[in-house]
Amino acid sequence: MELKNEKLVRMVNISKYFGEVAALRKENFEVGYNEVVGLIGDNGAGKSTLIKILTGVHPPGKGRIYFQGEEITYHSVERARELGIETVYQERALGEQQALWKNIFMGREMTTHLGFLQVKKAKKETERILKEVIGFTAAGLTPDSIVERLSGGEKQGVAIARALHFKAKLIILDEPTMGLSLSETKKVLNFVKGIKEQGKSCIFITHNIYHVYPVADRFVVLDRGRTVGEFIKKDISLEKLVNKLYLVARTGEISQN
Amino acid sequence: MRSLTIKKQKREKIKTLKDYLKLSEFRLQWSMVAVLAIILAVFTIRNPRVFLSFRIYYSFMSIIPFMAILALALTPVIICKEMDLSFPSILGFSAWMFTSLCASTGNPTLALIISLITGLLAGLLNGILVVKVGVPSLIVTIGTMFFWRGMIMVCSGGVGKTLVPVKGTILFQSLVGRIGGVIPAQALWAVGLAFLFWLILNRHKFGTHIYFTGDNIESARMMGIPVNRVKILVFAQLGFFAAFAGILLVLEALYHWPTTGQGFLLPTIASVFLGGTSAFGGMGTIFGTFIGCIIIGALEAGIISIGLMGFWTQVFYGLIIVISVGIHTILRRRT
Repeated sequence: MELKNEKLVRMVNISKYFGEVAALRKENFEVGYNEVVGLIGDNGAGKSTLIKILTGVHPPGKGRIYFQGEEITYHSVERARELGIETVYQERALGEQQALWKNIFMGREMTTHLGFLQVKKAKKETERILKEVIGFTAAGLTPDSIVERLSGGEKQGVAIARALHFKAKLIILDEPTMGLSLSETKKVLNFVKGIKEQGKSCIFITHNIYHVYPVADRFVVLDRGRTVGEFIKKDISLEKLVNKLYLVARTGEISQN
Repeated sequence: MRSLTIKKQKREKIKTLKDYLKLSEFRLQWSMVAVLAIILAVFTIRNPRVFLSFRIYYSFMSIIPFMAILALALTPVIICKEMDLSFPSILGFSAWMFTSLCASTGNPTLALIISLITGLLAGLLNGILVVKVGVPSLIVTIGTMFFWRGMIMVCSGGVGKTLVPVKGTILFQSLVGRIGGVIPAQALWAVGLAFLFWLILNRHKFGTHIYFTGDNIESARMMGIPVNRVKILVFAQLGFFAAFAGILLVLEALYHWPTTGQGFLLPTIASVFLGGTSAFGGMGTIFGTFIGCIIIGALEAGIISIGLMGFWTQVFYGLIIVISVGIHTILRRRT
């Protein structure tokens, strides 16, 4: 069973070079149980390299990865998914012309022995998932809605709901609020709160501190391939955090106090 | 208070809009029924004697099913965002196989089985070339179209063959006989297969995988749908049903010409698009394809029976296709 001190994910001493260029330098990164981590940094800071190593897309150059206390020796995209690590890309992995309920069960259909769909059951389950898992209450949104007609935030919500429903333990959101309007962003942030309420963990990748601040428990600031700052939300105000980020952008250094 | 009522109004507005969207989803299919109804109405007004008698519908039921079976099997291919131009040649080759095996073995059932397997393998070959080698399906199937037509010529020596000895066998009766003396069996096969295709596309996992593969192949792959297998199977089943249509066709005519199957290509593709299947993939219905076939099939007989020259047929094909596909596009854009 999970130990109090054990983390869901622990990445230790991860280094990754692309040719001569260091993408990550002896990086340590952790995600706790039921924790939302805001991973903040500019383009090229190493956010996506770190995440790609975690999700099995890239092999780590050096270092160790632990999931629920056990070291992952052979890592791949499939392995990551088996472990319960799901990545939600913006508006990706959805069939736009298809009904919402089909998208929820895409690739993992509810069927009888002969492979026939259990349509009623799947639609009912979709309705429950939308209501309970992410608190979808948008008017006129039914399991039969075509995904194309959903807003950007709603699509993000469907992808998150799907990941949650299929027992993901860690959901990685890659720039989930990019290009979204204010009200759509608010929806996505509510979905993130939903992840926390479900007892799951989340890595929220962004370069917009204003979006991640309200929902994250902890912030990790990356710059040029290494962690330059780590803050618990209750210790730091939004204003202070923003000031520190400006400092990083100018100097590449951050003061921990 | 005021903002509350505005909010309420807004919500109502959204609701009616969504209701409207749902309505227009039906419209896409009903618009096809309307086009068919208008065509039949015009024909009936111009020539009530022909269009109010059973005989014209009897002839529709004996002629349209061949193309309908092809169009039904082509629909999943196009939903998958692929194209197949070789099915009339596969039809011809499988039908040649059937005809010559009937003559040489005297066993039509064996001939039927081998012919169907031939079609299946030819379709499978298309699928493998598209998926494993990675040649675009439009180009691969131009190649296989020539290849199989050429094989018919080589194998048959360019001469036709009769099937008269098969007439009256149980196989003949159950495939193209006249049920109760009035209903051509092939019409029942077409309706039965339409139901089967509907079932697979809408109620089976495989159908869902076909839609997702055509809609967004990257997403489908990411979600664990075996997209390559889906595509190969989709091509294979078209080969299989092309062979089946070919067998029905030569049994109905009781003769195999080296040209058997030629002339089916464009009307079949037209009826799939007429039925609202999108060339962009991920969209299409069996109901639409079925109505599309009836429209295309009814036009030719109708145009002649209302006293226009046969030359007009293609003009009307063109008009109906452009108008119908225009309607689909506009309806989709409005949603």
